Amino acid sequence: MDLSFTKEEVAFRDEVRAFFRDNVPPATRQKLQEGRHLGKQEMIDWWRILNNKGWGVSHWPKEYGGTGWSSVQHYIFNEELQMAPAPSPLAFGVSMVGPVIYTFGNEQQKKHYLPRIANVDDWWCQGFSEPGSGSDLASLKTKAERKGDKYIVNGQKTWTTLAQHADWIFCLCRTDPSAKKQSGISFILIDMKSKGITVRPIQTIDGGHEVNEVFFDDVEVPVANLVGEENKGWDYAKFLLGNERTGIARVGVSKERIRRIRELAGQVESGGKPVLEDQAFREKLAAVEIELKALELTQLRVVADENKHGKGKPNPASSVLKIKGSEIQQTTTELLMEVIGPFAAPYDEHGDDGSNEAMDWTAQIAPSYFNNRKVSIYGGSNEIQRNIITKAVLGL
Amino acid sequence: MDFDLSEEQRLLKESVDGLLNSSYSFEARKKYGAEKGGWSRNVWGKLAEQGLLGLPFAEDDGGFGAGAVETMIVMEALGKALVLEPYLATVVIGGGFLRRGGSAEQKAAHIPGIIEGTKTFAFAQLEKNSRYDLQDVSTSAKKKGNGWVIDGEKFVVLNGEAADTLVVTARTKGGRRDAGGIGVFMVPGNARGIAKKGYPTQDGLHAADITFTGVEVGADAAIGDPDNGLPLIERVVDDARIAMCAEAVGAMDESLKSTVEYLKTRTQFGVPIGSFQVLQHRAADMFVAVEQARSMSMFATMASDFDDAKERATAVAAAKVQIGKSLKFVGQQAIQLHGGIGMTQEAKIGHYFKRLTMIENTFGDSDYHLRRVTANGGLI
Repeated sequence: MDLSFTKEEVAFRDEVRAFFRDNVPPATRQKLQEGRHLGKQEMIDWWRILNNKGWGVSHWPKEYGGTGWSSVQHYIFNEELQMAPAPSPLAFGVSMVGPVIYTFGNEQQKKHYLPRIANVDDWWCQGFSEPGSGSDLASLKTKAERKGDKYIVNGQKTWTTLAQHADWIFCLCRTDPSAKKQSGISFILIDMKSKGITVRPIQTIDGGHEVNEVFFDDVEVPVANLVGEENKGWDYAKFLLGNERTGIARVGVSKERIRRIRELAGQVESGGKPVLEDQAFREKLAAVEIELKALELTQLRVVADENKHGKGKPNPASSVLKIKGSEIQQTTTELLMEVIGPFAAPYDEHGDDGSNEAMDWTAQIAPSYFNNRKVSIYGGSNEIQRNIITKAVLGL
Repeated sequence: MDFDLSEEQRLLKESVDGLLNSSYSFEARKKYGAEKGGWSRNVWGKLAEQGLLGLPFAEDDGGFGAGAVETMIVMEALGKALVLEPYLATVVIGGGFLRRGGSAEQKAAHIPGIIEGTKTFAFAQLEKNSRYDLQDVSTSAKKKGNGWVIDGEKFVVLNGEAADTLVVTARTKGGRRDAGGIGVFMVPGNARGIAKKGYPTQDGLHAADITFTGVEVGADAAIGDPDNGLPLIERVVDDARIAMCAEAVGAMDESLKSTVEYLKTRTQFGVPIGSFQVLQHRAADMFVAVEQARSMSMFATMASDFDDAKERATAVAAAKVQIGKSLKFVGQQAIQLHGGIGMTQEAKIGHYFKRLTMIENTFGDSDYHLRRVTANGGLI
């Protein structure tokens, strides 16, 4: 057993760290530190910087622009990116639809879409959840009826993150209404500019606009936009959801937030001394730090396992990552609320869509806390994660 | 970055697990506990035969020169089997003082007996008012000729009644809570002036309260610098905490396994109770708690070789906090999910709960170690 990185890995970490230090635009970095939203263009600008460096789709196979890094290198890259802090690559393109296309798509699809995903020429969003299909995703109803060389798509998707920016959406649609649940679903790529698509914003409790409803009303989609085989979409969706096991813990994000908590708690006073000197507060902070250290180690166990033995059999400890990772993210935003105290109250009516440059840092603390309640809900709620542990690990 | 066991370590794990599987059933444990001193000389002899008692000692001293990972493997296995024999007191703590602070003569005089399984040790440290503070020492060691005279009272000394040698912390100088002026002395368990009151502990181990009245020992009794023993004490107690973290992981692992087994077999309302989601999710949370604890046990094990004493202490304290949190949850929920049967002495699960609970209150509880982490400026 050995906790240390090799000399090469340390050198790699230093290289990555230096690149982020020198290349993340300061305004972008500051917004992330303050828990604020980013504008579309500043995200794209950053992703192109990353892509020009050759790191835009780092975990893809080399032939499609990936880096060929080891699991440990990917871990280091993600950790440094989150701590920089810098925006993570757009998951919907890079981690979700991209791998589905290069694994199950045809040559033409690979050639057309993959470079455009890497350079964010196309902004992708995810059409999975529906109003009646959340955790029970396979009950989805949006249907795609085949007519000649077209699908006619009708239905509604929801919780579609940043659909307002999107050029394309990858959808799970029911193509065989007679088949049972999982077996009649197909994975279809749809141009967001198609006639019959309506995007309606959903305002979340923090006042922000991240998610949307997307309506499909007789939308015509070329059959060529089907990925893989018709009615096999559920398999691709499972592949997609199982693809990213370790990044989900977001240890680097929580580390960066703890740094920020220390910084702010050192400035804000309570009883004539900094909050950071309050023993009760210090103990709460230390308790989160210990949980986070344990999670980091759990993640490293998974990473080291993959590094040595490949990704074949998931390490049972990986099931812990989503549950603990989201809990810790939420606890750290709670601690920020505690630091700011009564000054959490003022609400900036302009909101935070990335363009509110004048926003006071104090105004984003409470919205960030409200917003982070989502992390134990999305990506398979923590209750679904417990179902997975129950079945896959405990065999109950 | 590697969390795998080496080939030798894997073999060690197989051999200790194999030994305990064949000789440490719950029924057998009851018999061992009824033997004199509360543990089995026969089992101790088997541990010696397999070389487990000599693991951490240098090859020059007759041992195997194994490291912290090997101790972790053994302690985890001992925790799984709820072993009563004094491995922690003798090999980890007594042996730890000798390894880390003993002179060549002291090592030669004492280590072979430990390795052969003929001698056991006990650590007489806790005092009436010291609680978890290692530098709070009232027991005195006064110079007499070349040797020392020890006076004072020590409490809850694990294996204190049976031990051949007591390792005693005693003050040679200064006030009760001074960091300086604390010595570490080896005292024969049957020395004149020693009075022991032995008793079983809540978890089935045995301990003793020990009074030292004018106990005389020679100059060779002092391990290390008799005026500045605290760093050595802290180091060895950290070893003990790391070992107990691993023991707790073993006990938690087995508690979870036994609970899941029970959920699969116990039927109510015509179905196995493991089909109820509320119980499934509780078991899933137990699994999360065990894995987080395992991660920190590994972290503490690797931290035992950190050069920086403060960094090591912070890591060990953090591990003890995580283990404390996990063991309380896992222990309590294991009883809850077993229902009424979990409340009985005849079921094994309650005995895991009791051992885990005692680990929390040994060498610093979660609150104590959380304060240590904050005092050292945090972990992240």
